Amino acid sequence: MTTDTTPPVATALPTLIRREPAPPEPHRLNFGRVLAWTFMILVILVSLFPFYWMLRTALSSNNALYAGSDNLLPVQTSGGGFERVFGLQTGQEAIDAGGAGQAINFWRYLFNSVVVSTLITVGQVFFSAMAAYAFARLQWRHREKVFAFFLAGLMIPAIFTLLPNFVLIKQLGLVDTLLGIALPTMFMTPFAVFFLRQFFLGISREVEEAALMDGASKVRVFFRLILPMSVAPITTLAILTYIAAWNEYFWALMVSYTDKSRVLTVALGVFKSQTPQTGPDWSGLMAATLVAALPMLLLFMLFAKRIVNSIGFSGIK
Amino acid sequence: MMATTTSIEPVKAGPARKGPRDDTRLALLFILPALIGFGVFLVWPTLRGIYLSFTKFNLLTPPEFNGLDNYIRMVQDPVFWNAMKVTLYYVLLNIGFQTVLALVIAVMMQRLTQRTWLRGIVLTPFLVSNVVAAMVFLWILDYQLGIGNTILASVGLDRIPFLSDSAWVIPTIAFINVWRHVGYTALLIFAGLQTIPDSVYEAGRIDGASEVRMFRSITVPLLRPILSLVLIITVVGSFQVFDTVAIATKGGPVDSSRVLQYYIYDVAFGRFQFGYASAMSVALLAVLVIITFIQYRLTRAESSDLA
Repeated sequence: MTTDTTPPVATALPTLIRREPAPPEPHRLNFGRVLAWTFMILVILVSLFPFYWMLRTALSSNNALYAGSDNLLPVQTSGGGFERVFGLQTGQEAIDAGGAGQAINFWRYLFNSVVVSTLITVGQVFFSAMAAYAFARLQWRHREKVFAFFLAGLMIPAIFTLLPNFVLIKQLGLVDTLLGIALPTMFMTPFAVFFLRQFFLGISREVEEAALMDGASKVRVFFRLILPMSVAPITTLAILTYIAAWNEYFWALMVSYTDKSRVLTVALGVFKSQTPQTGPDWSGLMAATLVAALPMLLLFMLFAKRIVNSIGFSGIK
Repeated sequence: MMATTTSIEPVKAGPARKGPRDDTRLALLFILPALIGFGVFLVWPTLRGIYLSFTKFNLLTPPEFNGLDNYIRMVQDPVFWNAMKVTLYYVLLNIGFQTVLALVIAVMMQRLTQRTWLRGIVLTPFLVSNVVAAMVFLWILDYQLGIGNTILASVGLDRIPFLSDSAWVIPTIAFINVWRHVGYTALLIFAGLQTIPDSVYEAGRIDGASEVRMFRSITVPLLRPILSLVLIITVVGSFQVFDTVAIATKGGPVDSSRVLQYYIYDVAFGRFQFGYASAMSVALLAVLVIITFIQYRLTRAESSDLA
């Protein structure tokens, strides 16, 4: 699924590690603290500056970027970059403004990204939850052996399966389709199964036994009891999966060839390679980059606390 | 797919609901989708990838078994060895900087403020794709127009061709990926720090130990198991670098940023030599397995000093 991103490692019980911020202690303003804060402020600046710079460049005019390269504010402010991304400029207008003049089907790519990420997230989380329940709660022979086999799957780097998976997707006739991009990660990842199993194991058995006593079937217990009780970890897993799917580039690059299945990451790469003769259309490129990153940044703003607190370790002492 | 057979067991209890101890039939239903995904898209491709590495395969005609030809070619291919060297150099720089920086950031976050906003800001770059990260730094580090070089020039330094000079290109790509991943790594380490009991630090403070001393004598040894796990995860990820190279340099100048994964992609999709590309994938897999194993042994990831 992911190529050179690290797999999301999250804990099933984030609240256990999280601590309430301690009441501010009366700190002496010593040299060490000043130095430490200076360092942290530098880290914050380096983390956030590129985002500002995308915005600043996107709002500038290409022709003014050379003369104004040392200006920290937008130079010759214009919405032209964004207009090119959304296809609001005619070809000639775009070329005059330093663009490539080729149509960018932005809404199409956005739609494709949403479809692929949603398919992967819904399928992967739901099917992994079902499997996790079977591994955590159902009684069947060879359960532990099969689970160990699943865990061994964690050892196979995603990159190794890409080429053979491409051959398979091609044989299935799914090259250049959205389903072809989504399919390999739609059923499970060993990590998702492991993550949810850990959480299900922690749910009290008594509630479950009581429901079974009342004559509820195990299927009903899963849908009506286990799933609702696990909304928090399932949401966390879903968000992390969605972000990883949205940001995937390598696999999508292999499978998609035309606008029909082109997702935003791949489209950005194509947009970049259409450099006009006058030099790259930086203003348009940065507008596109910002627009491609925006949905995940918004998602992050909504769920920042949950995402931040979910990063940790599970099952490690 | 083959794994399905292991779970088809005779259902002993039949439809009787009395003994709820055996749910084989239901369990099979519940794990079926995951098992299909696991078998078809993980186990099968792994075996097939190994098989294809012993064949000549151009995707259009069926693969032809050709024994060790691909491996012999690989050993004699200077571009392969160069790619291996470039990749190792990249991993060394990337993991070196990233781990040290992440460790410092994590400790600072723990000591200065544990509020979520700071961790949120540090994590922000991780939310964008590698493609976005590569694009924005391609612009910031542009030789003529980039703000990075403009700043260098304004303080009287020489401009640096970050992504177009063979000596600078790998360190620059390593930096770009540190930018994107360091916050995530720092948060993993931060979570590890939270598991160290405060009482240990209290004891240190009572004994009059300085912050630096406590870092060396308490934090580092107690963090070792988590640090080694972080290393295993990040090293495996780092070896798979592709996106940044594909967007920012396409392997150039000449072969100076042609990392292994980019070369594999090029051989497979540029020249349609899937057999040879698979052989190099197997080589990469072997390297990863060996490195993970060595790391695991060296860092004794399984044991903690806290016990």
